[in-house]
Amino acid sequence: MEVPRIWRLKKQRYALQGEVCPHCQVKIFPPRDVCPECGGEAKTPFSFSGQGEVYSYTLISNAPAGFEEQAPYTVAMVKLNEGPLVTAQLTDLGDEPVRIGMPVEMVTRKIRNDGDERGMIVYGYKFRPVMAK
Amino acid sequence: MKQDQQVPQPEKGKLLQPKIKVGIVGYGAYVPRYRLPAKEIGRIWGNQGGYPVKEKAVAGLDEDVITMSIEAARNALKRADISADELRAVWVGSESHPYAVKPSGTVVAEAIGAPNDIQAGDWEFACKAGTEAMVAAMGMVGSGMGDYALVAGMDTAQGKPGDALEYTAASGGAAFIIGPLNSALASIEASYSYVSDTPDFWRREYQVYPEHGQRFTGEPAYFEHVESASRTIFAETGLKAQDFAYAVFHQPNTKFPQRIGKTLGFTPEQIAPGLLAPVIGNTYSGAAMIGLTAILDIAEEGDLILMTSYGSGAGSDSFIIKARKPLAQRRAKALSTQDYIARRTQIDYATYLRYRGEIRMR
Ligand SMILES: [Zn+2]
Repeated sequence: MEVPRIWRLKKQRYALQGEVCPHCQVKIFPPRDVCPECGGEAKTPFSFSGQGEVYSYTLISNAPAGFEEQAPYTVAMVKLNEGPLVTAQLTDLGDEPVRIGMPVEMVTRKIRNDGDERGMIVYGYKFRPVMAK
Repeated sequence: MKQDQQVPQPEKGKLLQPKIKVGIVGYGAYVPRYRLPAKEIGRIWGNQGGYPVKEKAVAGLDEDVITMSIEAARNALKRADISADELRAVWVGSESHPYAVKPSGTVVAEAIGAPNDIQAGDWEFACKAGTEAMVAAMGMVGSGMGDYALVAGMDTAQGKPGDALEYTAASGGAAFIIGPLNSALASIEASYSYVSDTPDFWRREYQVYPEHGQRFTGEPAYFEHVESASRTIFAETGLKAQDFAYAVFHQPNTKFPQRIGKTLGFTPEQIAPGLLAPVIGNTYSGAAMIGLTAILDIAEEGDLILMTSYGSGAGSDSFIIKARKPLAQRRAKALSTQDYIARRTQIDYATYLRYRGEIRMR
């Protein structure tokens, strides 16, 4: 059980909430309270747009514990439009082949059960191909 | 209906009309990507045709009522032009809340950035849980307790394998933000609810699948309640079917809403834009509400819309909604309902079982 950790990370996991550096305006994700660029204190919350593109990806066939039911699935490094790289599962691919540079958008999905089906449902960000209007 | 035609406001009758005028300030739909054709279900159970819908929408492995409500709510916020900070309620109506005990509303609220100063209880009334919450939102905003309330009607409906309901029980729904008339994309002129103790469909605690009263589901249940609610709102307002541009009803299949529409005097053209069950199935709490989103995607200023939901057990909520000028510009700020319907990946029965958690992994 890791209920306290799930609770503590909810804002960043549900809605890609990170930080912006008040000194050099760099956008930070995940939040770490210190700017990776200038080293200054950076605690100002910033909500990312959720738009980005696939920077790199891999297919996971042998999933780690807690993710077996979802395998096979694709994990990608996504370059957010605001700068940071985040690692997340891709979802709703349907028949679309994944490619580097593919535009993707954040969605909030079930990540896993904490333990078994009696445990908490952990929700968080994944990315899907940008939907056509 | 002409733009200057006024909906009558009786002194004191059966209508539900708040003191402060309210409307829909934002709306959003959600339909998951996957589709299971009825003939694929028929293949498994040896049925050859006469299916109640063409196909139904199926939630992916990582989706549930909470995740789908989050996306519909985000779409509603994009169109609403308000900040999530301004919400005073986040209400989710469903019969498939992911937890037996723990509200869906708090997770949705946290994800969309709503403040802590909100109401967030879950609603349940079979397929009309979402519209019941909508009436409550009208009351909350209309009494001045809060400026904005978000309501969702969303389900990941399950039918017993091989049962008639398996062909239609689908996933999807919609969210609406109810607010003051001056910021509304459409006004809610009036609503009316009609309920009775009718045992047409139920699910006991700890049971996975619902039970239904077979043929009992038609006349004394769906038709009696939808017709009574719609006819009363007509009588109380003096409006008739010809005054409306569109009508949308709860849609457990293709035929029921078509038949009640005809009974009430609507043409197939008035019903068609909101009739989504043939291509997404019955989204239960979402069914009438997502039909309304498809209508708001095309309605013009002054168009009158009738929405009548139905929930087993049983009851109907009927609403008279009138499109306003800002709707035309604001609708493009989020994906349309037809955009979601067009995103379609067909699955087979085995994949469906996997996505619905019917395959034992340990
Ligand atoms: Zn900095």
